[in-house]
Amino acid sequence: MTTLQKKRVPRLLQFALVVFGVYFGFILVFDVLLGQLIPRSLLTMYMVFVVSGALMAFTFTEEGGRELVAPIKALVEDPSRKKLRNAVFVIVPLLAGYYTYTSMLPGFEAPVELRTIHPAPPSKFKAYGKSYNLTTLENPYRKYQKEDPAKFRELVKAGGDVYIKNCQYCHGDKLDGKGPYAAGLNPTPINFQDVGTIAQLQESFLFWRIATGGPGLPAEAAPWISSMPVWENFLTEEEIWEVILFLYDYTGRQPRSWK
Amino acid sequence: MPIRNTRIIGGAILLAVFAILALPAFTPAANASEAVAPVSAATTATAIPAAQAAAKATDVPDAKAVAYPPAPKLTAADYPTFKGVNSRVAVWLAAQLHLWFGAFVLAVPIFVFIIEAIGMATRDERYDQMAFEFMKVSITAYSLTALLGGLLTFILLLLYPDLFRYLATIFKSSMFAYALLFFAESAILYVYYYGWHWLQGGNKKWVHLTLGLLLNAVGCLLMFLANAWTTFMMSPAAVDAAGVFNGDTWAAIHNFLWNPINIHRLVANVAFGGSIIGAYAAFKFLSARTKEERAHYDWIGYNANFIAIAALLPLPFAGYYLTAEMYAYSQQMGITLMGGVFAWIFIIQAVLIGALFLSANYYLWCGMGRSEGAYRYNSRIKYIAIVLVVAFLVWFTPHTLVLTNAELKSLGGPYHQYLGVLGLMPAKNTAVNFLILFTFMSFMFYRRANKIATASWVTTGNAIQIALFTVGLINITLLGVYYGYFTNTVYKVAASIPQVLTTLTIIVVSTVIDTLMYKGAKEVAPLHWGRMPARSQYALFLLAVAFTWLMGLMGYVRSAIRQHWHVQGVFRDNSVDAFTPDLGYAANIVSIGTILFMAMVMFIFWLNAINSRRVAAKGYWKKPA
Repeated sequence: MTTLQKKRVPRLLQFALVVFGVYFGFILVFDVLLGQLIPRSLLTMYMVFVVSGALMAFTFTEEGGRELVAPIKALVEDPSRKKLRNAVFVIVPLLAGYYTYTSMLPGFEAPVELRTIHPAPPSKFKAYGKSYNLTTLENPYRKYQKEDPAKFRELVKAGGDVYIKNCQYCHGDKLDGKGPYAAGLNPTPINFQDVGTIAQLQESFLFWRIATGGPGLPAEAAPWISSMPVWENFLTEEEIWEVILFLYDYTGRQPRSWK
Repeated sequence: MPIRNTRIIGGAILLAVFAILALPAFTPAANASEAVAPVSAATTATAIPAAQAAAKATDVPDAKAVAYPPAPKLTAADYPTFKGVNSRVAVWLAAQLHLWFGAFVLAVPIFVFIIEAIGMATRDERYDQMAFEFMKVSITAYSLTALLGGLLTFILLLLYPDLFRYLATIFKSSMFAYALLFFAESAILYVYYYGWHWLQGGNKKWVHLTLGLLLNAVGCLLMFLANAWTTFMMSPAAVDAAGVFNGDTWAAIHNFLWNPINIHRLVANVAFGGSIIGAYAAFKFLSARTKEERAHYDWIGYNANFIAIAALLPLPFAGYYLTAEMYAYSQQMGITLMGGVFAWIFIIQAVLIGALFLSANYYLWCGMGRSEGAYRYNSRIKYIAIVLVVAFLVWFTPHTLVLTNAELKSLGGPYHQYLGVLGLMPAKNTAVNFLILFTFMSFMFYRRANKIATASWVTTGNAIQIALFTVGLINITLLGVYYGYFTNTVYKVAASIPQVLTTLTIIVVSTVIDTLMYKGAKEVAPLHWGRMPARSQYALFLLAVAFTWLMGLMGYVRSAIRQHWHVQGVFRDNSVDAFTPDLGYAANIVSIGTILFMAMVMFIFWLNAINSRRVAAKGYWKKPA
């Protein structure tokens, strides 16, 4: 047996180092370096599978499994470790008790919400005194993108005017959800620059959301929290289609389409 | 006796052939539905999210079709109720249990047929014995499937008579064909199983194999027919806004989501069936009393796990195809499914699929302990584990995070600037391709563990494989990142296809190279079947439970995205249960179903165990004079 083998870090310690290293690595990268904290719920889920993966990698051989649990086995069975064993048997339940106590301690913060960002649209809805079928509804101006680019630019510009006059207060002049009023809203307004928002949706979905606003959200998944006004009361149908053109044009995204 | 048996087999085959030939008589020819007049403008202006005009135009036949009634407009009082019985839960559990058992008994003959054929090709009797043992487990489950199917029909008739009547009116021909086919399936199954040891050797074995093929053909037809009833409820074809059916049987069967579901269920059933057999092998392995028994069930467990993984690898693609088709069919349905209220169940789904991959890999890694040559690859396993875990974390990162108010404020919105992108499909697609390829790599290491290649071009072969994996993984990443985030949605969805093709190319080409390279390879030492730690067997149990739970949850979501419709857009559910239950409640019902199913499966395993026990009751029987 070589000296190198003798000095090898015990596998249980290796395992602990991997798990704690990954845990603090996440916190260091996200909370400190990137300045966007990693949510606790996500970190917990991540760590469950990091621990599972590490356990798998450490125990897939017989020797690996034996080496990993050897210190624990020795702690429980070895008479010479009685003091340490007693200390561990006191400390571990105390830690578990402390964790349970702090987890169950009533707080003043509102409970977390499993809020869904993309509400499912109805198959049809009413606005401007008529019924729209969302499965067939299309932006009537989209065709000008190819057929008459000059007219299309005009419509986009008109949409931009509508946006600056009405929408930027919440959604921001850069369409990033950081308008002057955004800080007062919870949840904050949608960031259209995010690849996960309008780029995922068809234009008909946007038309429905803008025209009917928060009160138009489906009853099936109530209660909804949305400060979005019912824009059919303030804008014409044409203005809504124009502003939709502007949203996609400014962000450089394309609406979801199956064509 | 042989004459009688020949008659039995001949009769069974004739019955099956008759059933198959009779089927078209009940399902009018496809061209009948093609030569059709489109429905009038009045009927197409409909709330049916369905069927995209193109589907309607081809699915609706001419006016000579039978006049069908409109969908009933029910009130809560029209639904029979029974004190103490929750109608929705009753039909939910009966349907789910029937489906689990149905999936199992349809899947087992598929791989039994392949194993029997392998046995015939290699003349290795162990394969034949294993195939028979699989059938032995499945045959007990068969009667439970039929019982649960009867229970489901009974409950539907009793609690949802109007829905049943509406569907039965449209599908009466295919329901009749279904009943006929069920008889054919039973007849073939019993001859196939009970004739196993009789139909051995020479032409008889070929007859037996043909019976297996016939059994699978009839089984698949049965499933496809039943799938049509389910998918019609989601994507009704050839109906107008009032729910009046204007088509023929084929138009109703061949609805928009029928084929995507057929493909998805077929592949998933094989993976599920493999996992249940794996659990059976684990059960027998852990309760084995002799070394030989342990070795035997270790070998069976290995093969069952192989079947489950082989079917699991293409499963995400089949699932993706189904989901993309749902989106294409109806934006409402698609968003409800993945962006709306059910998105959280998809997070559980992601966790369970990850658990499936992890446990399948762990079983393979533990299995390397059977070989004396495996130590050569042990040091590489940790890197596979790292990739699997990272891919898994990407795979299940939700787009919308569960945030406390403090976190929401700190992040400045509900999306995470860096992790939010991992919640979108391009990231998921990339991650799942990595999961599949590295699972395949685990399998390659397992295969190589006990072999030493003797081909002269081993170094070149290995270099080609490394290059193939490297280029392929880079391609998958580029496709996922560039087309996923920097182009429009059409390319984003389309990019998943070259990703899949890259993965399949790597798997196929690597397998071919490996097979050629290890042809005539030296064995390090005989494999030590049975030299497996007990914890590896729990990985097999985990595989079976995760599959079962997953099927239950996803089955619920598939059905629940209809929300308050019995038949999407045309037949409204007005019962007291016409609301979407909260996710915790739904998950609890599925979990209860999973526990019931696993308990019944354990009962089947136990029945098989007592079937082979012999007790000598000394002094009980009268000795013959």
